[in-house]
Amino acid sequence: MSAPQTSPPAAPGSPNGAGHPSGDERFALLDKTIRRARFAQDQLIELLHTAQDIFGHLSDDVLIYLARQLRLPPSRVYGVATFYQLFTFEARGSHSCTVCTGTACFVKGADDIVRTVSDTYAVPPGQTTDDGLLTLATARCVGSCGLAPVVVVDGVVHSHQSSESTLEAVRAVAEQAQAVEAEG
Amino acid sequence: MANRRARPNGLNVTIDGVEMSAVEGESVLDVARRAGAAIPTLCYLDGLSVHGGCRVCLVEVDGEHAPRLACSTPVTDEMEVRTATEAITEHRRIVVELLFAEGNHICAVCVSNGSCELQDLASEVGMDHVRFPYQYPDRAADASHPKYVFDPQRCILCTRCVRACAEIEGAHVWDVAARGADSYLVTELNLPWGEAPSCTWCGKCVTVCPTGALAFKGRAIGEMEHDTDLVGFLARARTEGEWEGRS
Repeated sequence: MSAPQTSPPAAPGSPNGAGHPSGDERFALLDKTIRRARFAQDQLIELLHTAQDIFGHLSDDVLIYLARQLRLPPSRVYGVATFYQLFTFEARGSHSCTVCTGTACFVKGADDIVRTVSDTYAVPPGQTTDDGLLTLATARCVGSCGLAPVVVVDGVVHSHQSSESTLEAVRAVAEQAQAVEAEG
Repeated sequence: MANRRARPNGLNVTIDGVEMSAVEGESVLDVARRAGAAIPTLCYLDGLSVHGGCRVCLVEVDGEHAPRLACSTPVTDEMEVRTATEAITEHRRIVVELLFAEGNHICAVCVSNGSCELQDLASEVGMDHVRFPYQYPDRAADASHPKYVFDPQRCILCTRCVRACAEIEGAHVWDVAARGADSYLVTELNLPWGEAPSCTWCGKCVTVCPTGALAFKGRAIGEMEHDTDLVGFLARARTEGEWEGRS
């Protein structure tokens, strides 16, 4: 009944005695937040957010780690994490474009925006481009219906968007990244 | 009446015209069962916590606009409950039809054919056809466990297995993942059941399943009978310390 994927992150010990036993400093960062939350089980959602901020996505290792630290059943952690659409379980692109497809945004043409970005970057909604540049996501109502249609590019909210203006915003962050890469 | 009122925390409740006395904290279902009213249930199971997810125990309460769940509604003084009006019966039938439309419930090839609570309920509410489009979800069975099989096509997400495992066995192997129509049962982090280290192989989840979703391995059509009284028995034995001093 051994299951390699459920074991906690390997603990090879760290070379200099400091840092996290897993050898991954990001777990030390997560530990700090867990301690600040006093290992409280009802802080699970907050800690999932923190973990996603730190790691970019929630891998099985991270979920198991949180379950062990909070003394929660893994199935409960998995159930909570999969309930919310904001949590993602696969590595995301270096940039993100989230199109709101809530009622107001949908009526104002959000599906056109999704289709345009999806066609231009050859990436289906909910997935990441092959080169890891862009993740195209949809969200159900970001709570700013007066700004419909709303698009969130790299965490920045863009209001009253069209397909063209969205492409422009995405191109802006993506090209900036490529320019930095070229310089470096 | 005077005597009943004198009882500590005594409540007067009327179930289908029958006057009953109840104590604070009892649910409508508790009192209705005592009154002999046949309220159907699926997710409710004696010995487990109340889930209130299947919606088949709907009853009418005087002064309430919407039907209430008998299992999770506490009785209040002077409450008047009707358990089998035409509207309630129709509600229940709709609920059962939706349950059938949502999964792949093909009784003719089911291990629990003939001893299935969903099937019994369908006949009880007089369901002769389903008025909603079948969803035909694509769900793969998990036969990775050496002793048991999980077939999510027959799962109605009543969470009896989740609660039996967490509350009676104390292992909490099962839980519900995702949300809404996409919800599904998982063992640990969506592992194959046979690879879940926390599973103790106790089989309580299998015994409480109301349908053929959880079954002993190797059972053919109609051969799977569940023992749903088991967890109630265990819970009572535990809370009342029935085995104490007998070892």
